[in-house]
Amino acid sequence: MARNDPDSNRAPAETVISASNLSLTFETNDGPVHALKDVDLTINRGEFVSFIGPSGCGKTTFLRVLADLEQPTGGSVSVNGMTPREARMKRAYGFVFQAAGLYPWRTIAGNIKLPLEIMGLSKSEQNERVQKVLELVHLDGFGKKFPWQLSGGMQQRASIARALGFDADILLMDEPFGALDEIVRDHLNEQLLELWAKTNKTIGFVTHSIPEAVYLSTKIVVMSPRPGRVREVIESSLPRERPLDIRESAEFLAIAHRVREGLRGGHDDG
Amino acid sequence: MMLVLAALGVWAIGWGVNIWVSHQKPGRWQSVVSATVFGVTAVIMWQLVVTGLEVSPVILPPPSMIFTAFVSSTDILWADFIQTFVKGALSGYVIGCSAAFLTALAIDRSNFLKRGLLPIGNFVAALPIIGMAPILVMWFGFDWQSKAAVVVVMIFFPVLVNTVQGLDAAGKMQRDLMHTYAAGYWQSLFKLRLPAAAPFIFNGLKIASTLALIGAIVAEFFGSPIVGMGFRISTGAGRLELDLVWAEIVVAAIAGSAFYGIVALIERKATFWHPSQRK
Repeated sequence: MARNDPDSNRAPAETVISASNLSLTFETNDGPVHALKDVDLTINRGEFVSFIGPSGCGKTTFLRVLADLEQPTGGSVSVNGMTPREARMKRAYGFVFQAAGLYPWRTIAGNIKLPLEIMGLSKSEQNERVQKVLELVHLDGFGKKFPWQLSGGMQQRASIARALGFDADILLMDEPFGALDEIVRDHLNEQLLELWAKTNKTIGFVTHSIPEAVYLSTKIVVMSPRPGRVREVIESSLPRERPLDIRESAEFLAIAHRVREGLRGGHDDG
Repeated sequence: MMLVLAALGVWAIGWGVNIWVSHQKPGRWQSVVSATVFGVTAVIMWQLVVTGLEVSPVILPPPSMIFTAFVSSTDILWADFIQTFVKGALSGYVIGCSAAFLTALAIDRSNFLKRGLLPIGNFVAALPIIGMAPILVMWFGFDWQSKAAVVVVMIFFPVLVNTVQGLDAAGKMQRDLMHTYAAGYWQSLFKLRLPAAAPFIFNGLKIASTLALIGAIVAEFFGSPIVGMGFRISTGAGRLELDLVWAEIVVAAIAGSAFYGIVALIERKATFWHPSQRK
């Protein structure tokens, strides 16, 4: 397994995602809802960035703005130096939703092929990539199964494989493990880190869980609700190589404590 | 009287056999066997009771008589079947379903059509078919074309409504997913929305398959050439040839069930992934 030298990733500090003064207001029947307000954020290549905060803090909305699934009402945002729409048209990112959302009429391999078919890749290239990503998420041999024949954890892994298939540099994940139990979640977190190390992608990851955020991230963005804004950005001092038991180390607990403090401050204001 | 008692005996035996069947290990054969036993019992009882009580064949002919009529007039029945089922019902079914499907796609694309066409479809569906049929016969002539037109009018709306509803069946997340792949309209349609709509569309197709034969037969009551199942039923009843009428009804029952069965079978193959079809 290839290991990444931390310095080689951090040295160029190339900006992949940047948002400045980003605002998004939903007009509802009960008046405007400020889902995002004046968000400034920069994400560099190869970073693993978690967004954490209570419900309604705009973390999912922010991710959806990056994916061009929501339109901001103010400020600017760029993904790979392009607008989110251009980035989407160039398939600059893979998106993993809260639920696996696999199409039940397609096999696992067929689901992973879906974006590849849309991109118009050749059959042999499709098969090659399917095989590669199935191995990455440890699902080799399950390609011919249908989604409803697999467990929830395996389905979510398949949906990650689907997002990896077209080899975008950026992976956006919206609470991908939120619906899974703790044991499966630990396992998938570990595998996700391994995958991140292998592929060196830039990952944006929305979560409700403080331990999950601290365990995975190089940078933790703490957000507060009403209006949704960035309260604090915490750079993690943990090494990139992280065994599961790092979660009992003093350093880990210190970062978790800072995140918790940040969240509490957010609540007081809200 | 003896024959009536014998009928009761047959009923008791049939009941007993079905109880025995239902206590066996469950399997696919059970439903087939118990349905067959039930059908055979009913036919034998019908025969025994009708002959035993000397019911007039005009009121209800015994199955043996219907069978004789069926065997001795297969050429008439076949010609009627071709005229009514193949030419009238089937062509109307194909035209009606395709028209409804294409209209559904158009309605789905434009909000204007959704507001304009759906109410018109509603209106057409509310027209009594008995009232429409004579008019359509006048428009399209006595031959099968007018029968197909009646079928089209009858089945258009159920297929349309089911398809429109089906095209909305794909979840928001699945659509968002297509959006993130930068998929175009046709790609989303063929790879996501039509497969997701399939269970709904098949629902419409199944409803239409039963309506099609009814429409084609009823339309013949209002004018037809001297061939066709509806023609034979109405003239046969007038001439008190009730055995021939019943033979036509048998043909209609077999054709109707087979048609529905084939559509249901295709549905099973096409939507194997749907929770209602998974084994």
